[in-house]
Amino acid sequence: MNASIVWMRRQILPFLFFVFFIGGWEFLIWALAVESFLVPSPSAVMRALFRGVFAGNFMSHAWVTAIQALGGFLLGSAMGIAIAVLVVTFPVMERIIYPYIVALQTVPKVAIAPLIVVWFGFGMESKIIIVALVSLFPVLVNVMAGLKAVDQDRLDLLVSLSATRWQILRYLRFPNALPFLFAGLNTAIVFAIIGAIVGEFVGSNRGIGFLILQANFSLDIAGAFALFVVLSIMGVSFHTALQAIQRRVLFWNKTIDVDGNRPRQ
Amino acid sequence: MADAAAVSIRDVGMTYGEGAQAVEALSEISLDVMPGEFLAVVGPSGCGKSTLLRLVTGLRRPTRGGIFLQGLPVEGPRSDVGIVFQSPVLYPWRNILENVLLPIQILNLPVRRYQDRAHALLELVGLGGFAKHYPSELSGGMQQRAAIARALVHDAPILIMDEPFGALDAMTREAMNLELQRIWQAQQKTVIFITHSIAEAVFLADRIVVMSPRPGRILDIIANPMPRLRNLDDMLLPEFGEKLRQVRGLLGGKGPSL
Repeated sequence: MNASIVWMRRQILPFLFFVFFIGGWEFLIWALAVESFLVPSPSAVMRALFRGVFAGNFMSHAWVTAIQALGGFLLGSAMGIAIAVLVVTFPVMERIIYPYIVALQTVPKVAIAPLIVVWFGFGMESKIIIVALVSLFPVLVNVMAGLKAVDQDRLDLLVSLSATRWQILRYLRFPNALPFLFAGLNTAIVFAIIGAIVGEFVGSNRGIGFLILQANFSLDIAGAFALFVVLSIMGVSFHTALQAIQRRVLFWNKTIDVDGNRPRQ
Repeated sequence: MADAAAVSIRDVGMTYGEGAQAVEALSEISLDVMPGEFLAVVGPSGCGKSTLLRLVTGLRRPTRGGIFLQGLPVEGPRSDVGIVFQSPVLYPWRNILENVLLPIQILNLPVRRYQDRAHALLELVGLGGFAKHYPSELSGGMQQRAAIARALVHDAPILIMDEPFGALDAMTREAMNLELQRIWQAQQKTVIFITHSIAEAVFLADRIVVMSPRPGRILDIIANPMPRLRNLDDMLLPEFGEKLRQVRGLLGGKGPSL
C-alpha cells in the first residue's frame, strides 16, 4: 500500500508530467498555429531527429563534438591536476604561477576562442584547446583545495613516522583530494561540451555546433531543436559515465551526495 | 637512572609565541619513564598534556630542556614511538589491514613480511574478522582498536596515547581499558597515557603524573602498586578509592571528576 504510493510517486508522476508537457506543447503549437520557423512542435523535432540520425549526418558530427569535448576535458583535467600538485608541493610556485591562472580564468574563454581558432586552425585542435582551457580551472581549484585540506592528525601521524614529502603526497594528499577532484570533473565535463560548441560556433566546418548554425541560417528550427536533443543526450551520457567511475573510485566516501556534486568555483 | 629510562624528560619548558603574547604551556617538567612501565598523565584542560605528547614524539621541539628516548635525544620524529591519537585517525580509503600496515609502508619496511604480524595484532585487539572492512563500517570503539594495532605494528618499544578513549561511551571505555591492560602486558611496551579521567589513570597506570593548570607543572607523581592484571571490581577496593582521593586532592577538587 505504502510502497505502491512511493512507486507511484517515483515512476508514474515523472512519466505523467513528461506526457503532459509534450502533449501540452504539441497542443499549443497546433491551437495557436505557431509558425514552425519560430517554435517547432515536438513531433516535428522527433521527425528531424530521426531523419538526422538515420538518414543524415548527425552521428558523424556528434562524434566530432564528442571527441573534441572529451579530448579537451582529459587534457584540461590532466593539466589542472598537474598544476595543482606543482603549486601545492612547492609553495613558491603558487606565488609565481597562480596569479596568472586567476587572470586567465577571469577572461571569458568565449573572448579568447576566436584567437585560438586563428592560432590552431579550423580543425579539432583549436576546439580541444578551448575545451581544455574551460575544463582546467574547476579541476585545478578543487584539486588544490583537496590536496591542502588534509586533517592535521592524519598529517601528524605521517610526520611522526618521518614520512617524506613524496610519501605524504602519495599516501595522504592524493587520496584526500579524490572527492574534490570528482567535484571538479563534474563541473568540467559540463563546461567541456559548452566549450566545444562555442569553438564550433567561432569557426569550424564539422560538429554539432556547426550543424546548429547551419540549421539556424536555413530556418530549420526543428532541426536545431533535434540537435539540442543530441547535445543533451551527449551531456547526460558523459555525466552518467563520470558518476559510474566516481562510485567505483570513491566507494569509501560517505560524505558526498549521490550526485557527487560539491563544486567550488 | 636516566640512561636506563625508556623516556627521560629533563627540565623541559615550552612557550608559544613571543614577548607580551607569549604563553607558557609547560614549565620545568622532569620525568623518567622506566622500560615496560605504564605511566598516566592527568590534569585539567589546558595543562599542556597534548603539548607534552607532541614534544615526546618529536612533532615539536621544546623551548627549554631536553627529551631522551632510550638514551638518545629527540631531535625530530622517531620511529621507536607508536602514537594513538584522541580520534582513531584512520584513512577512510584504506581497509583496516591497510591502515594497520601504513607505518610499515612509510618506514619502507617490507610489507609482505609484516602481513602476519598485522593479522596477529588485529586478532589481539579483537578485530580478527575485520581486516578487509573499511573504517566507516566499524564502530568508534572498533576504530580505536584498529588505531592501537597500527601503533603497535612496527614494534616501537614506546607507545604514546593521547586521551585515546575520550570519545567513547562509558561502557566501551571500561572494556577498552581492560583490553589495553591486556595488550600492554602481552606486548611489554612502555606506555605514556594521557587522560583527563582520574579513574582511568588510576586503573591503568603504575604511576600517575598529576599536572597543574597552565603553565603545566608536575604537582606530584602517585604510584599505584596494585597487582596486575587488574579487573573492574578492583575499582571498588579501598586502596583504589584512596588513590582516587589523592589524585583528586592534588587537583584541588577543581579538576575533572570521574
